[in-house]
Amino acid sequence: MSDNAIDVIGLQTHYGAREILKKIDVGIPRGKTTVVLGGSGCGKSTFLKHLIGLLKPTRGEILFDGKNIAGLNENELNEVRKRMGVLFQGAALLNSMTIADNVALPLREHTKLNDSTIGIMVRMKLDLVGLSGFDNFYPSQLSGGMKKRAGLARAIALDPELLFFDEPSAGLDPLTAAGLDELILKLNKVFRMTIVVVTHELPSVFMIADYVIMLDLGNVIFAGPLEDLKKSENPKIRSFLERKPEQDTYSPDDYFRVIAGD
Amino acid sequence: MPSIAENFFAGIGRRVIPLKRNVHDAAKVINDTFYWAFISPFKGKSIRVKAGIFEMVKAGYNSVPIVSVISFFVGIILALQAAYQLKKVGALIYVANLVGVSITRELGPILTAIIVSGRSGSAFAAEIGSMKAAEEVDALVTMGINPVRFLVVPKLIALMIMLPALTVIADFVGIAGGFVLSTTALEIHPYNYFQQTVNALLVKDIFTGLMKAWVFGIVITIVGAYQGFKVEGGAEEVGRRTTASVVASIFLVIIFDLFFTMLFYYFT
Repeated sequence: MSDNAIDVIGLQTHYGAREILKKIDVGIPRGKTTVVLGGSGCGKSTFLKHLIGLLKPTRGEILFDGKNIAGLNENELNEVRKRMGVLFQGAALLNSMTIADNVALPLREHTKLNDSTIGIMVRMKLDLVGLSGFDNFYPSQLSGGMKKRAGLARAIALDPELLFFDEPSAGLDPLTAAGLDELILKLNKVFRMTIVVVTHELPSVFMIADYVIMLDLGNVIFAGPLEDLKKSENPKIRSFLERKPEQDTYSPDDYFRVIAGD
Repeated sequence: MPSIAENFFAGIGRRVIPLKRNVHDAAKVINDTFYWAFISPFKGKSIRVKAGIFEMVKAGYNSVPIVSVISFFVGIILALQAAYQLKKVGALIYVANLVGVSITRELGPILTAIIVSGRSGSAFAAEIGSMKAAEEVDALVTMGINPVRFLVVPKLIALMIMLPALTVIADFVGIAGGFVLSTTALEIHPYNYFQQTVNALLVKDIFTGLMKAWVFGIVITIVGAYQGFKVEGGAEEVGRRTTASVVASIFLVIIFDLFFTMLFYYFT
């Protein structure tokens, strides 16, 4: 068994004719928290969607346990998905169901447990994310941070080996975001889950990351431990970490061409 | 500069290539829906019965008042319009035949289908569309739950049962509307009207009407689901797709109605 939970080999993808990811080769280390970092539009959400099998790449392989996710059929993919949990940016709870039913959903669909056992497991998961007593609330009655916690409870309902987070701190105040980061740390340390977090929030990165993958314009510009990222001399990484806006890359001639429209 | 011929063919391409995608998406929704509704239950993947009942209440039971009121009025209108011509030839009693046959064969199913596509078809598109926009559909997929099985199949089962059921109600209430008008304003004896209706109606009239209603139920569900799953952007597109689903499902209901009416005319 390799040290990597997921190996990405030569991943290339397009939206229509536009190339989004250009030949990405990285590994996600097992049992660690990996942060996928990058500015808006660098393709990090697209990268995540490939890892969880929502999008199929144009070319390349995504190996999970030696199996190429990109080449699996729907049934095989569903087996893989049972071992993964995903927390979406907006939590993506089903609004027509209570929090308890949302968390119970994967258990009801994929296990043959009886209702009382499911009830106990749901309360355990809700307690783990600090939402005890909110079983019968509907998603619309919860705050943004609580929704994310509930979404997390649902993501870990089947005790996945791999847990994905899409911009967990987006839209949250710093305190709530820090609370969520603590939860991510806890899941990694206590339950030994492999965690992949897509974000651009630097405070989160420094708090939770063991391993960092940085994307820029569809290329991997850095992949390594957090310490190495801090020491990196790459100007793009430096300006990202020091929050300097990108330099104007237009020459006067380029600018003239842009405004002339050809 | 591209030549006129190049522009011409490019224009055709620009219109036809997206069409191919739409056809593909529609075929996928239809295929998935039928697979998860009729084949997978035999492979041990059960249908969500509870959700189906919930949808039946929403789409069927809650439509009973509006379907009843509209078909009652249409029954009255039909009787009046029929009387307008029939009294010239002194054949007022045939109002009963005309009302009975046209309601059961045609107006009952089509009125019910139009009301349900306005109420439920649009709701299906809006529900699935807003779930798509909020990544809830993606969340279902990553949980290993097929969104068509989870969202569309209960709705399909609900409409396949409730549309014929509502049509039966529309038939009765519509005929009752004609009856009320004829026995009061047209002064036809209630017993004569009743006898005339019973003699005029054949089992196949009612049966073909219900058969149509069943097909309309499938059409409305699939159009709503297709438009819902097509949502890619945000709230604005949900609204656009909802409107499109009502227009498309009424259009398709009429097309299918034409087809089945011709079929029944020549083959029954």
